[in-house]
Amino acid sequence: MANRNRRVGLIMVLVALAMLGLGFAAVPLYRLFCQVTGFAGTTQRATESQATDASQFAKSAGGPTISVRFDAQVERGMPWTFKPLQVTQTMAIGERDMAIFLAQNNSDRAVTGAATFNVVPEQTGSYFNKIQCFCFTEQTLQPHQSVRMPVIYYVDPKILDDPDTRDIQQITLSYTFHEVKKEG
Amino acid sequence: MATTADTFQAHAEEHHHDADHKPGFFARWFMSTNHKDIGTLYLVFSIFAGIIGGAISGLMRWELAQPGIQILGQISLWLNGNTDMDQALHTWNVLITAHGLIMVFFVVMPATMGGFANWFVPLMIGAPDMAFPRMNNVAFWLTVAGFTSLMTSVFMPGGTAHGAGVGWTVYAPLSTTGSPGPAVDFAIFSLHLAGAGSIMSSINFITTIFNMRAPGMTLHKMPLFVWSVLVTAFLLLLALPVLAAAITMLITDRNFGTTFFDQSGGGDPVLYQHLFWFFGHPEVYIMIIPGFGMISQIVATFSRKPVFGYLGMAYAMVAIGVVGFVVWAHHMYTTGMSVNTKMYFTAATMVIAVPTGIKIFSWIATMWGGSLEFKSPLVWALGFIFLFTVGGVTGVVLANGGIDDNLQDTYYVVAHFHYVLSLGAVFSLFAGFYYWFPKMSGRMHSEFLAHLHFWVFFIGVNVVFFPQHFLGMNGMPRRYPDYAPAFKFWNEVSSYGYLIMATGMVIFFVNLVYAFTAGKKAAGNYWGEGATTLEWSLSSPPPFHQFETLPVIEEHHSHHNAIGDASTAGAH
Repeated sequence: MANRNRRVGLIMVLVALAMLGLGFAAVPLYRLFCQVTGFAGTTQRATESQATDASQFAKSAGGPTISVRFDAQVERGMPWTFKPLQVTQTMAIGERDMAIFLAQNNSDRAVTGAATFNVVPEQTGSYFNKIQCFCFTEQTLQPHQSVRMPVIYYVDPKILDDPDTRDIQQITLSYTFHEVKKEG
Repeated sequence: MATTADTFQAHAEEHHHDADHKPGFFARWFMSTNHKDIGTLYLVFSIFAGIIGGAISGLMRWELAQPGIQILGQISLWLNGNTDMDQALHTWNVLITAHGLIMVFFVVMPATMGGFANWFVPLMIGAPDMAFPRMNNVAFWLTVAGFTSLMTSVFMPGGTAHGAGVGWTVYAPLSTTGSPGPAVDFAIFSLHLAGAGSIMSSINFITTIFNMRAPGMTLHKMPLFVWSVLVTAFLLLLALPVLAAAITMLITDRNFGTTFFDQSGGGDPVLYQHLFWFFGHPEVYIMIIPGFGMISQIVATFSRKPVFGYLGMAYAMVAIGVVGFVVWAHHMYTTGMSVNTKMYFTAATMVIAVPTGIKIFSWIATMWGGSLEFKSPLVWALGFIFLFTVGGVTGVVLANGGIDDNLQDTYYVVAHFHYVLSLGAVFSLFAGFYYWFPKMSGRMHSEFLAHLHFWVFFIGVNVVFFPQHFLGMNGMPRRYPDYAPAFKFWNEVSSYGYLIMATGMVIFFVNLVYAFTAGKKAAGNYWGEGATTLEWSLSSPPPFHQFETLPVIEEHHSHHNAIGDASTAGAH
């Protein structure tokens, strides 16, 4: 009896530990899930060749257009000014376009920032592709330096096949810069 | 029936020396490994915590009785030493946090899974004790340590003022960057301790129920209360570690610079909500399923019939438990979910109404044509069935993603979950208490006072919570100490309801005093022939060690007349 109890008890301890592990594993899994499905407006990354395919498709499809609105924020307390140089852009679906953001460091020290981003409506995340973006890496601005930051992107023509997204006329792309705190 | 039960007692008498030898006071109550004593400790602890949690809700109803700020300033002055408005508002958050955490982790769970399950699972399956008696003891004292940690947090700096003002959900970023100071760490640590204790006791229950059933007590002959504890133990085992992981990440986010839930480091605060509710939704079933089990025993006992649809009842609980794990995001409809996701969670949530309906209708079918005896446990059980159904119906309303957009974080939600918990779960606790109190103490309570307690409490809680539906429908938000004057009337009514309910609780304590001072000695089976599970074959209170010779449940008998079998076994 004592042995049987120990065995069942140990199996249950393992089950509890497995659930504990699953709790922590949720962090990378959730990130992966968002990247794959575009959940919560997570945008996609595309290569040059994918972009070329999409733009060819756009030409053949006769070019319905979509508008993109830009939004730029900095974390509270971060000494940067950060704003888009254009309010909206309208382009054919599938065609690539470039938007420019202006970032300026207002302080007397070098500040490194990392941008978080998403799109609204959130279900368009899986169709919003970036080929190049300042948000792929950390950006460092020297004291009072100002920099123009480009994003090259396109909207995947598959957005027209999805009943949840085909009627969407405008996508808002939003960035927030957070200060990256260096050790020491 | 009575004669056979006596035979079994006579058998127990032979072993009087071994069976009733009790250790000294300190060893018995502080180092206890006896499932009945640990059950008693849990019940005493739960009642103690309930007084504190209930008193806090009294303060909240006092504050909410009128628009404007009533007593919050006084409480804040006592807690923080000044009358700063922001600190007073923080104190409100501390009150709601403490009330929620105490009621969930230190009142309902210790009473159901700690108190009644410890007392009656071994008795009902014919086992001498739990599988791991020492671990049982550790689990109890971890719960006490958790409660101490939570109470300590109230007096620690917690950001704006003293105490953890983060709600029972402890959402990031309020609980991470929003609340510096050790108060929130203490509150989180309290959840770690209570959670570890609960995981231990659920491992203990699963092992006990799987391995230590008396010969012939197959899974499908177990009393439904044992089934309910088995299902609940699995829910705890699968859900609590996820909470432990989530709140450990909160601790490291707070203290060690990680960014699991901080978007500036690539984390996501919504992930915390997913993890919390993956635990939190099963948690609400953890609080109610043992109640389902108790109600099944009680309804069958006082209808003098076996419960209707035994297997359906058992597997309805299993189904509720399983489906309960895949509906968590209905707590998060307003976090920006796509319509398709909302549709899934709406549909999955509503599906739970099916097994719940099976339970409600089976209880009614059990009573149908039964020879009903309206003793206090049955009256409380009927109260449970009615109130839980009301709470269940508002739950189906809230399950709709579209409606929830409008009702989320309003008093409608408060009314809903208090109908299923404060009224549902608590009514099942009192039903179980009056059902088993004489068995545990050996003294009969006053049936008159138990009925009076029921009626006063029933009226009180309904006056407290029913008007909150109206407030919520009209848009009064949760978690604020103040409100627009338009909400005055029903808030005032609700606060008067608290006074009625509190009077009911006074009657409860008077009844306890009565039972211990003047209560009649309870017979082994004081509810008569309807009470057929194994605990009724023993004396009241049962011997310190029971079933040294295991009772045998014979093949051709089903679970509901186990008593005859048990006593035959005793007579061999």
